[in-house]
This record gives sequence, C-alpha cells and structure tokens, in this order.
Amino acid sequence: MSFLEFEQPIAELEAKIDELKFVSSDAEVNIGEEIARLRAKSRVLTTSIFANLTPWQITQLARHPQRPYTLDYLSTIFTDFQELHGDRMYADDWAIIGGPARLDGRPVMVIGQQKGRDTKERVRRNYGMPKPEGYRKAKRLMELAERFKLPLVTLIDTPGAYPGVGSEERGQSEAIARNLFVMSSLKIPIVSVVIGEGGSGGALAIGVCDRLVMLQYSVYSVITPEGCASILWKSADKKELAAEAMGMTADRLAKLGLVDEVLREPLGGAHRDPQAMADALKTSILKHLDTLTAMTPEALLQARHDRIRGFGVYSGG
Amino acid sequence: MTWFEKIIPSRIKTERRTRSVPEGLWMKCTACDAVLYRAELERNLHVCPKCSHHMRIGGRERLEYFLDEESWEELAAEIEPEDPLRFRDSKRYRDRLVQAQKSTEEKDALIVMAGKLKGLEVVAGAFEFRFLGGSMGSVVGERFVRAVDYCLAHRTPLICFSASGGARMQEALYSLLQMAKTSAALSRLAAAGLPYISVLTDPTTGGVSASFAMLGDVNIGEPKALIGFAGPRVIQQTVRETLPEGFQRSEFLLDHGAIDMILDRRDMRDRIAGLLYMFMGKPAPEMVGLKETEV
Repeated sequence: MSFLEFEQPIAELEAKIDELKFVSSDAEVNIGEEIARLRAKSRVLTTSIFANLTPWQITQLARHPQRPYTLDYLSTIFTDFQELHGDRMYADDWAIIGGPARLDGRPVMVIGQQKGRDTKERVRRNYGMPKPEGYRKAKRLMELAERFKLPLVTLIDTPGAYPGVGSEERGQSEAIARNLFVMSSLKIPIVSVVIGEGGSGGALAIGVCDRLVMLQYSVYSVITPEGCASILWKSADKKELAAEAMGMTADRLAKLGLVDEVLREPLGGAHRDPQAMADALKTSILKHLDTLTAMTPEALLQARHDRIRGFGVYSGG
Repeated sequence: MTWFEKIIPSRIKTERRTRSVPEGLWMKCTACDAVLYRAELERNLHVCPKCSHHMRIGGRERLEYFLDEESWEELAAEIEPEDPLRFRDSKRYRDRLVQAQKSTEEKDALIVMAGKLKGLEVVAGAFEFRFLGGSMGSVVGERFVRAVDYCLAHRTPLICFSASGGARMQEALYSLLQMAKTSAALSRLAAAGLPYISVLTDPTTGGVSASFAMLGDVNIGEPKALIGFAGPRVIQQTVRETLPEGFQRSEFLLDHGAIDMILDRRDMRDRIAGLLYMFMGKPAPEMVGLKETEV
C-alpha cells in the first residue's frame, strides 16, 4: 500500500503493525492483542483524517497510483468483455478502451479511459490522455451500441484530452465536439461514472449521459487545479486554492445538483478495498439502467435533452 | 530627464520623441505597422487596407455589418451572468464581471440577433472577445441555445462567429457543461434540417472550439485566425519542441481538413448568403431581385 503525504500518520501506524507481525512470526510472544489494538487505532485515525479532506487531497486520491481503473472494473463487475480496437481511420488509441460486455447477464457497451499501472504501460496509454483517434473509436462503439440497442456505460478517468501537435493536426476539437453532438441524441440509455479524474472536455467527450455517478473521491472539473492556478493565480503552487474554488469534488458537485449519485468509498479510498467499491458500483449501474431501460427511446431522449438544457446558472428570462 | 538627455542638442531630442497618434483617430495595423485612419479601417471592417490583415472586431459591430441594415433584433439580451460558486482568485469573479461589463458595454461574451441576410431570415451570433476573453459560461450557453430555439420555431438557419479562449474557469463545471448544452442544441437543429454555419475567427480555442465552433455544416475560418483545442503555450510545454510554422492557423486547419474554406471578412455576407440560399432551396439572391445592402 502506498500512502499520500496527508496519510503519513496512518502509514507510520501501518508500518508498526507490519513490524509486529514480523516479530510475532519468529518469537513466541503473543502480541496479537497489540496488533489488534494498533489496527483499531489506525482505523480511528483514518476515519478522522478522511472526515476532513480538502478538495486538493481528494484530487490526489482521485489520481492515486493504486486506484482501480477501467480495466479493473471490467474484470470485477462485468463478464464476457471483448475489447474492440481502432477508429477505422487512423489508429488505435490505448488511452481509451471499449467493447461489449455483460453486466449481470445483460449485454452493454462499456467505454472508458485507461491509465497505466507501471511506467511502460503509462507511456503506452499516454497517462490516460486520449487523442482524436480515441474519441473517434469511442464514437464508433457508441453508434455500434445504438444499432444493437446495448445500453452504454462510460467510465471516466482522464487528466484531459492530450495536447500535442498530432492531436491538433487530426482535429482534437472536432473529435470531442462530435462526441458531444452524437451522445446527446443516442437512442440508448447512457450511464456515466467518474471513477477517478474527470478532466475537462477530454472527460465530457464520453460523459454526456442520462445519469452521472461519481465515486466519493473522484473529481470533475473544467481544468486541472494546476492549470487553473497557473492561469488565474499565475502560479501552479496555488493548486490547493484552485481546487477549493472550482468546487470539483463529488460531494460539492452533488450539492450543486450536477451529479445524480455519489457512491461512498471504502475507508481510506477505493484502492483499500477494490472489491467492495466494485460491488457498490455494480449495484448503482444496475439500478440506473433498470430505470432508464424502462423508458421509451423517445421519452429517454426528451429527458436527456431537458437535462442538458438545464445546465447553467444565470439570471433573467 | 537624465543628465545624458539634457546634454543632447534639442534638434536630436525632437527626432527621438515617439510620434504619438491621437487616441482614437489613427490606428496601427497589428501586422504591417501601417498607420491607418480609424474611420477608413472601420469602413473596411477592420481589415488592413494595406496588407489585408484581419484585426479583431467587436461582436456587436460584426453582427451589425453582417446582417441587412436595420433588420436585426437582439435575442436573449435579458440573460445575465451569475456567480454560483462565489468564485474568487486574485479578484472576485463578480468584480471581473462588472469590470468587463463596463469596458465592453455588453452583459456577457456572446451576442445573438435575429435578422436578415440579403433578405433571408437568419439568426446570427458573435463573440465579444474583450469580454473575459470571450469565455463561455452559462450565459453564452443559454443564449446559444435560445438562438437555436428561435431557429427551430421560425425555421431559419444559424450562423455563429466564434472568438473565444474557451470555457470560463470561474464557472467551473457549469462552464464545461455548456459544451454539451450547445452541442446538444445543434443536434436538434440538424435533426430539423436547418443549416448551421460556423465562422471561426481569431482566436477560437478550448471548449468553444471543442463544441459548437467545430460542428458547423460548413466551417469557415478567417485568414490567419488561431484555431485549436489546446493553446500553443500548453502544447509547447507538453511536447517541448518548437511548433511548426503556421501551426493552428486557419490555413493549417484547411490543409488538415478541419475547415471547409477561408473567407475574407469582406466576402462573408455574399458567400454565406450564397450557401444558405442553396441549403434552404431558394433561388440565388440576385434572382429574387434583392437590394444589396453592402457596407
């Protein structure tokens, strides 16, 4: 288990527990009681630290290197997943994956951004930052899903769309815009879940939906806190302030009415108990799909358009 | 005055004095440095008569030139910005709004009008870039959607002139969602068989380029306009190499197939009217005997 800076007191306790375990295996002393006492203390400490996380600390959790990614949920929640590759125009983008799978037996289309676990995979998956071909692959799979009436489940986890020369040459803007256009009128139910980082247009390009779910320690914003800080405060060091000001955490966004459901995470975050997190997510997706599949396609589309139409706060008229 | 300047003969001093031009009367072309008479430049739609450089133009001014004289009626002018997050960086968002409203005399960054284009009923929108960098917040999104609603109700085409740095950070996720809101509205317009022309002007980047600006049935760029998803500085920091010559300019986008054409601002009325008359199944503008209302 790796710990973030603000978790250091917990890390020290856990290290002590590990030491004791090591001692107990070669000594005859019974220190089980001591271990149990320390474990309880660690739980209390974790609870108290996690009760008062700042938006920046939550952002760090959303980016935690051990956080479950799209492929992890694909193997724990779904069955029969078959990955489909390529945009049929230029390339296959490893930062976005997708394909049909079964959820509790029923066929669905799953699309999500995918980050890498080790350095080599991180590079291959471009740190979860898709290029135009990734969004065009996603669009192809969405249209495929519509043709065969498979509900769409998207799992969002990206710092943002990749800003590079090639991305611009191949039309990053158009690729994202086209997905927003297509998703808003897709005649199948769409459930989107922010499982980690919801980074700007790169996230929204697979996130136009009928139900938006966020995991408790995920974030969703128009720009990264670092980016916002360097533009508005002229210093990336003000990222804590920017994270606070943008109101990018799941609970804050739920209060603003922009998120339909926030899923509580296991104590210490999803990576501490990935199975429990996956179970909760599966229950949630199934619940939303039940509601949405009961609607006629016309009612579904009307409701989606009304929902999107309502985004924004202004006065007058 | 320094001791050195004091000892220079006065004749030389006179020559060294910068030739200041009276505020407002004369302007310098931002590309070729030619000194231009402001009234003439305005008559020329802020296109330099010497080098044809397209300077930035205010949103309201653009619409008033683009639509037939005295034919326009502003839509959704009553929609005004709010500060739902009570956002504050080095300054309060509320104060930034007041300041921008004062200096531009606009309530927000997008102006939409219903009017006529060579006699054809249309709705046109244009960005005021000087209003917080033409950034898109809730008001821009709502006004855009009201423009689409008007088009649907009156069966008219839509034209939008973009000039925007992207989403407005001070409205955080609300501003991001305007990308979905405007794009969704365009899917309704397309389903109704009504044309949408997007004109991308300098600059069009970020959330605006990655939503309605790139979704035109026809995408038109102004010469040398900066158009892209990420800003050149961000890309430079990411790739750590010098960017190719002319990168993210209209000509680059035309080469890469992202826009249909580049048009001189002075030809916009004729060319866009020509397209829309065809898309709307009407005889060519000249054939219906319309009076030209050229500026």
